[in-house]
Amino acid sequence: MSILMFKGILVLVLFLVSLGIAAYSTYAERKIAAFLQDRIGPDRAGPFGLLQPIADGVKMFLKEEIIPTVSDKLLFILGPSMFMLTALMTSAVIPWGKPLEFGGVTYNLQVADINIGILYIMGVVSLGVYGIMIGGWASNNKFALLGAVRASSQMISYELAMGMSVIAVLLMTNGSLSLNAIVESQGTGKLYGFINVSGINWNVFYQPAAFIIFLVCAFAECNRTPFDLPEADSELIGGFHTEYSSMKLGLYLFAEYINMFISSTVIACLFFGGYNFPGIEYASTVLPANVVSLISVAALFGKIFFFIFFFMWVRWTLPRFRYDQLMRLGWQMLMPIAIINVLITGAVIIFFGN
Amino acid sequence: MSSQLIFFMLAALSIISALFVVFSRSPIYSVLWLIVCFFSIAGHYVVLNAQFLAIVHIIVYAGAIMVLMLFTVMLLNLNKETEPHKTNLIKFAAIITGGMLMLVLLAAMRSTELTTYVAPERMETGFVQNVGMKLFTDFMLPFEMTSVLFIAAMIGAVVLAKKEKH
Repeated sequence: MSILMFKGILVLVLFLVSLGIAAYSTYAERKIAAFLQDRIGPDRAGPFGLLQPIADGVKMFLKEEIIPTVSDKLLFILGPSMFMLTALMTSAVIPWGKPLEFGGVTYNLQVADINIGILYIMGVVSLGVYGIMIGGWASNNKFALLGAVRASSQMISYELAMGMSVIAVLLMTNGSLSLNAIVESQGTGKLYGFINVSGINWNVFYQPAAFIIFLVCAFAECNRTPFDLPEADSELIGGFHTEYSSMKLGLYLFAEYINMFISSTVIACLFFGGYNFPGIEYASTVLPANVVSLISVAALFGKIFFFIFFFMWVRWTLPRFRYDQLMRLGWQMLMPIAIINVLITGAVIIFFGN
Repeated sequence: MSSQLIFFMLAALSIISALFVVFSRSPIYSVLWLIVCFFSIAGHYVVLNAQFLAIVHIIVYAGAIMVLMLFTVMLLNLNKETEPHKTNLIKFAAIITGGMLMLVLLAAMRSTELTTYVAPERMETGFVQNVGMKLFTDFMLPFEMTSVLFIAAMIGAVVLAKKEKH
């Protein structure tokens, strides 16, 4: 099997896994909401309602497709497509596990190990705003336009603090921007220099402030509660997707869940060691390499699922911010804290070494 | 050979999208074609092994500046009906200035000698570490001057945006 073919299969698998996780996130969201509100949640389609996402998908496809006559038809279709495209593009640079080995050939579980991995993610994230803006404007509806304006200004504002918080992490990994290098650096060395357990040298223990800033920004970038102002239904009906129906609406909602999945993955890779798990060095001495690789993939997905759960937990716990509060939090609190964090990290590295 | 093919495809895309920027009737489409143009230019950087420059180009231009531009164009709601009619005098002035610019460009192109493409000595030339080292050693002064310029622009923006107290 050539490397190219393996990459092709990996891309296909990632595509299917992203869609599958997004589909079952909708189910999980409803079950968790039900649990937090002391209800049962969906339980009619299949055992425990497990076929609910499929039923929802079929429903979305069969609904009538409405394109408003006063809208810009081309852009109206382009909006959700671009949003979905950018949501799916991010997973290309994420290392999903330790390399697999078959017949003496090593297969990296990463589509592209480019040396600007984290910048690539920031770039794709900053493009995500186009899907919302184009869709909101093309609808020719004032609520949709207002939602689009809110979404884009919110995403631009929080991108800066997000980038600043990542810089503090990058300073610690000898300035490498490759996600693979960032993850690998968290699997070696002792935590705080003396706790001798392999695989838990995670950045979150050194950079708690950067982690919290990144987490808050990830919520804002995904337009999730408490920052879901672009689609605040009590003020804007449905926000930027007010005029959308059928599978185009489905694409918007679906892409949002994919974004949540990717955000969880990036958080896990940057701050929680990615595919590293406690005792990874010991495990690789007693178990075959491929088994360790599979465990590492499982470890990464365990972290991802925890963060997806966290996203949902917050959604059903916290109320929505007001718009001025959102802007004040982004610009006057997160941004200065992130800059100070970068300065302190730099000073510590210069004066105390690593 | 294949990189030459990629270059020609990217070059065609850049030129076609740039033409569409000018010829689109709706300003929204102009902005969107400009974004396509920026992407093709980022592609040129990748072909030249300048990955960092490519991604920064996308983040800064496509991700931030063009979003603000789209923002403004969308809120202004520019339509064909409301487009102000231009007088003949303005059209005449535009032709003359455009022609003069073309003359300068043609003269510059005539006097340059065509060179062959020289591949960078090392693959890593455009990598972020090397760009950073260059910026903070050989090009320290221009780099710092640019930051001063940016700070001046930022302060200016804040002063302009701040509400005056009555």
